[in-house]
Amino acid sequence: MARIEGAGILVLPRRAAVGLRLGQLGAAIARRVGSLLPLIALVLAWEVSSRSGMVSSFLLPPLSAVLGRVWDDALSGDLTINLGMTLYRALAGFAIAAVGGVALGIVMTRIKFIRWFFDPIVSVGFPMPKIAFLPIFMLWLGLYDVSKISMAAFNAIFPVIVATVAAAEGVDRELLWSARSLGAGERQMLREIILPAALPQIMTGLQVALPVSMIVTIVTEMLMGGHGLGGAMIAASRFADSPGVFAGIVEIAVAGLCLVKSIAALRRRLLIWHQEAQEPTTV
Amino acid sequence: MTGALQRYTPLLLLALGWEAVSRLGIVSPAALPPLDKVATAWLDLTASGDLVTNGIASISRAAAGLGLAVICGSTIGVLMAWYLPVRVVINPIVQFFYPMPKSALIPVMALWLGFGDASKVVLIFVGCMLPVTLSAYNGARGTEQVLIWSARSLGASRARVLWEVVLPSALPELLSGIRTALAFAFVLLVASELLVARQGLGYMIGWLGDGGVYDAMFAVVMTVAGLGFAADRGYLMLMRRVLAWRE
Repeated sequence: MARIEGAGILVLPRRAAVGLRLGQLGAAIARRVGSLLPLIALVLAWEVSSRSGMVSSFLLPPLSAVLGRVWDDALSGDLTINLGMTLYRALAGFAIAAVGGVALGIVMTRIKFIRWFFDPIVSVGFPMPKIAFLPIFMLWLGLYDVSKISMAAFNAIFPVIVATVAAAEGVDRELLWSARSLGAGERQMLREIILPAALPQIMTGLQVALPVSMIVTIVTEMLMGGHGLGGAMIAASRFADSPGVFAGIVEIAVAGLCLVKSIAALRRRLLIWHQEAQEPTTV
Repeated sequence: MTGALQRYTPLLLLALGWEAVSRLGIVSPAALPPLDKVATAWLDLTASGDLVTNGIASISRAAAGLGLAVICGSTIGVLMAWYLPVRVVINPIVQFFYPMPKSALIPVMALWLGFGDASKVVLIFVGCMLPVTLSAYNGARGTEQVLIWSARSLGASRARVLWEVVLPSALPELLSGIRTALAFAFVLLVASELLVARQGLGYMIGWLGDGGVYDAMFAVVMTVAGLGFAADRGYLMLMRRVLAWRE
């Protein structure tokens, strides 16, 4: 927008512009703080209701106790191990789903037979609650990383395939025709036309897949036990250790938030050229 | 008919492949029971009434949680778009909790509400409410201001504008939010029943798996998957019907 000044359309006196910017900055900060107020109120209500004994501190341990527990976990190294395991499984599952899903999606739009074969499988598999297949994965792949990662990948791959197929189908025909008429080969078309043109929608699919992979990892950890945030949480709940359970929620919430924010940042970075480079409203 | 047959042939091939690898002993029948055994087990479970009782328990939990979520979520979402004070208070909370994995709440719900219906219903309610709220809010926010002004200038009261202009124009987005919530409801239901329950399809899966009755376990897994699929397809048809006016 700074370019406009040179064009002489909108020229503000320098001083006024600085004042305006400061004013905007102040307003932005005020809005930020203002939007935090309800959350702060919620946190205070939690702490007060638990400390004052309105709610039994077994059912709702005070936030300070929960945060203290997170701190202790961090010091003892448990948090690092559990968080690392969970992130490793979630990200490995996500990576498999991302690579596999994009590849399969692209191949489905290029080869008729593959399309015919996978279309009904994807359209039936996508809306299924795939978490129900967990005991089968346990039966086949055991209780350790392999079954957890496969489960995460199995759940996360469907949104990626669906988004990729829709994206690759939606590439402007004219773009394809012009590239072909300029002599682009099959590979070049894929790398230079189809993938970049489909990227915005593929990213949306990936943004759906990442939280799915995280959620599924946590549920599988809860069911199979062992290390990981989900496993630690279920163990705490079995021992009726309620600060431990709530510490797990806080840790999972923060980890989930960080993942969602970082893939949104990646989207903005990758799609800086794209006019609608904003976050989707999907989950 | 032939079109549908041709379209779903791959699924049939998959089923045949399943039967073949299991029958020919390529995969141990303990790990993958032949499809006809699974079908027989399914018939047995249905005949004995186990599948029906547990299925009804599961479906009523999901329906109760989702129903509550739809009622509360759409009300809150529309109010958020309509009244500034509601938005200022609720929006930060919704935005903050939206990306949080809701399945993390399963142990807490068990701690608070025990192993029965209440913990599942509340979990599904909490998990489904945010997508519904957010979609109702986004839909209602996107109502064309011109429509509201014209309705007002034609003498409609604010309440009537809300009911007859804002709500219908929020409907498409709201309905697709509910579809997301429907999928969530099934995931949360099965996950919580697998973990902490004494009844329900998820519980049946866990219990049959622990007992090593794999053909019956596969039958229940397929039932859950089929129910989720059927619910989504049914909802999609309903949604098209409701939105038919929008061409």
